[in-house]
Amino acid sequence: MSKKLLSGPYLLWMIGFTIIPLALIVFYGLTDKEGVFTLENILAIATPEHRKALWLSLGLSLVSTVFCLVLAYPLAMILRKRNIGKGSFVVFIFILPMWMNFLLRTLAWQTLLEKNGVINGILSFLHLPAQSLINTPGAIILGMVYNFLPFMVLPIYNVLCKIDDNTINAAQDLGANFFQTLIRIWFPLSVPGIISGITMVFVPALTTFVISNLLGGSKILLIGNVIEQEFTRGSNWNLGSGLSLVLMIFILISMALIAKYDKNGEGTAF
Amino acid sequence: MKKHCFALSLAVVLGAASILGGCSGKAGAQSEEAGELYVYNWGEYIDEEVIAMFEEETGIKVIYDMFETNEEMYPVIEAGGVTYDAVCPSDYMIQKMMENNLLAELNFDNIPNVSEIDPEYIERSKAFDPDNKYSVPYCWGTVGILYNTSMVAPEDIPTKWSDLWDEKFSGEILMQDSVRDAFMVALKSLGYSMNSTDEAQLTEAKELLVQQKPLVQAYVIDQVRDKMIGGEAAIGVIYSGEMLYIQEEVENLGLDYNLEYVIPEEGTNVWIDSWVIPANAKNKENAEKWIDFLCRPEIAKMNFEYITYPTPNKGAFELLDEELQNNKAVFPDLDSLENCEVFQFLGDEVDTIYNNLWKEVKSN
Repeated sequence: MSKKLLSGPYLLWMIGFTIIPLALIVFYGLTDKEGVFTLENILAIATPEHRKALWLSLGLSLVSTVFCLVLAYPLAMILRKRNIGKGSFVVFIFILPMWMNFLLRTLAWQTLLEKNGVINGILSFLHLPAQSLINTPGAIILGMVYNFLPFMVLPIYNVLCKIDDNTINAAQDLGANFFQTLIRIWFPLSVPGIISGITMVFVPALTTFVISNLLGGSKILLIGNVIEQEFTRGSNWNLGSGLSLVLMIFILISMALIAKYDKNGEGTAF
Repeated sequence: MKKHCFALSLAVVLGAASILGGCSGKAGAQSEEAGELYVYNWGEYIDEEVIAMFEEETGIKVIYDMFETNEEMYPVIEAGGVTYDAVCPSDYMIQKMMENNLLAELNFDNIPNVSEIDPEYIERSKAFDPDNKYSVPYCWGTVGILYNTSMVAPEDIPTKWSDLWDEKFSGEILMQDSVRDAFMVALKSLGYSMNSTDEAQLTEAKELLVQQKPLVQAYVIDQVRDKMIGGEAAIGVIYSGEMLYIQEEVENLGLDYNLEYVIPEEGTNVWIDSWVIPANAKNKENAEKWIDFLCRPEIAKMNFEYITYPTPNKGAFELLDEELQNNKAVFPDLDSLENCEVFQFLGDEVDTIYNNLWKEVKSN
C-alpha cells in the first residue's frame, strides 16, 4: 500500500508529461487538419527537402558522435588511472561548464567564431588570414561535440572504473602489449558504456535545432529545424508530429541497442 | 489515502487539460460589471505609464496581457476562452480575423480622436480593412536595407533589392529569416506584388532566393540589429523601427562607421499594427475609450518615445523635435513609399505554398 503510494507522483508525472504528450503526437502525426486519419505526414519524409534535411542530420550527428567517442575514450582512461580523489576532481572540472545554460554556451561559441570574433581577432593579431568559421557545417559539428562530449565521457568513465585492475594486470603479465590489451580487454569490457554514450550523444545531436540555428546562421536546415518550424511558423502541427514520429524510429533503434548491450544498466551516466 | 491520490491526479489532469485547452484562465474569471478592460498587445509595445494614466483618468481597471507573434495571438482570440476587449495585431492578421468574423465594428462616435491619425494611413489600411470599419492604426513602419558606410564603397551603395544579389557582397548579407519577408524581397525585385498568389511567380522568386543563398551570411531576425552594429556584415534587411536604437547605439559606442537605411526603389512592405475589438468583447465601450485615449497626440507621443516605431498620429508627429521629424529612416518621405504595399492574408492554402517553397530554399 505505502509503496504504491510512493510511486503515485512518478506515475502522474509519467502520464501527464510523457504518455499524454506522446499520444497527442501520435494523434496529430496520423491525422490531417480536419482530424481524418492519414499517413501523409509520415510519408512526407520522402520529399526532397525533408530527405535532404534528414540525411544531413544523420551525417552531422554521426560525425559528431565519432568525434565525441575518439575524444572521450582516452579521456575516460586517463580519468580512471588517477585515483578516486584526484579523478573525481577532474570529473568535477569537466562537468562544471554544464552548470551553465546550454544556450549561453552555444552563444559564446558564436562570439568566438564570428567574423569579428575572438578567434579571428587572434588570427589577425598574428597576421594570419581570417577564416570564415561560423555558419558552416563544421561549426555545427563543433557545437554538437562541445555540448554533448560530457554525455560520452561519463558513461564510459563509469564503466571503466568498474574494470578490475587485476584483469588488466593479468593481460599484461601474459605478454599482451598496450594495443592488445586495449582491443581485447578494455573495449569488450566497456561496450555498455560506449553504447550508452553513443546514444546519449547521437539522439540529441540528431534532433537539435538550436545549435544549427545559432552556429549555422539558419542556412543549414536539419530535420530538427524542419519540425520546429512546422510547429512555430508553418503552424502545421500535423506535419511536424508526423516527422517527429519518423525521427522516433531512429531513437527506438538506439534504445533497442542499449537494451541489447546494457542489460544490467551499468552504463548509465549518473 | 487513495482518495487523496485520486483527487490529486484529477487536479493534475484538469490542469493539463486547461493548458491544452489554449491557456484559458490566463486572465482569470470574466467580470460582468463595467469598469474593466482586457487588453492584448505586443510585448514592449506601450509606455506602461500610459496604462496607469488611463486607469487614473477613467477609473477603468486594465488587465494587460502580451503576445509575441500574430500567430500566437490568433488561436487565443479564436478559442474565446479569454475574451479580450482590445487587441493590436498586424495588417494581414486583422484581415484574417475579419474574414473569420472575429472582429466587431468600431463605433467611431466614441473615438473622436481618430481624426488625429494621418489620412495616409487610414487609406493604406484599406488593403486589409477595405471600409475602415474595424481598425485604428497604432504603429507603422517599412522594411529596408541597412548598410555599413565603411564596408560599402560609395558607388556600391544599395538602392534597390536586386543589390542584395551583388557578388561583391558575398558573405556580407543578412537576410530576414521569415517566409513572407524573404519572399517580399525576391518578389519585389522581380517587379511582382509581394502578395502574389501566382505559383509561377512564387517559383521564380524561390529560384532567385536559392541563387542568393551562397552570398548570404546568415538568415536572422532580431540579430540583424546587433550584427550590423558589431560590423559583422556589410548589408542587411531590417525593420525601420530599429533605426532610432541603431543610430543612438552607433553614437554611444563611438563607432568609426555609420549605418544608413535605404528604402529600395522597387518598393517594400509597409506594415501597420492597428487596434481592433474582438467580436466577443465584453467591454466594447471601454475598449473604444482606450483606443480614443491612445489616439490623443500627447499620449501617442509618449508611446512613440518608448517604442520608437513611427507613429501614424499626425498630432503626435507635430509635437516632436524637428530633428526627429526630419529623420528619414524613421519617417520616410511619402513619395518614397510609392511602390510599397501592405501584407495581405492570402489564405491557408497559399500560406502552405509559401512555407514549402521557403523550405526548399533553406534545404538547398
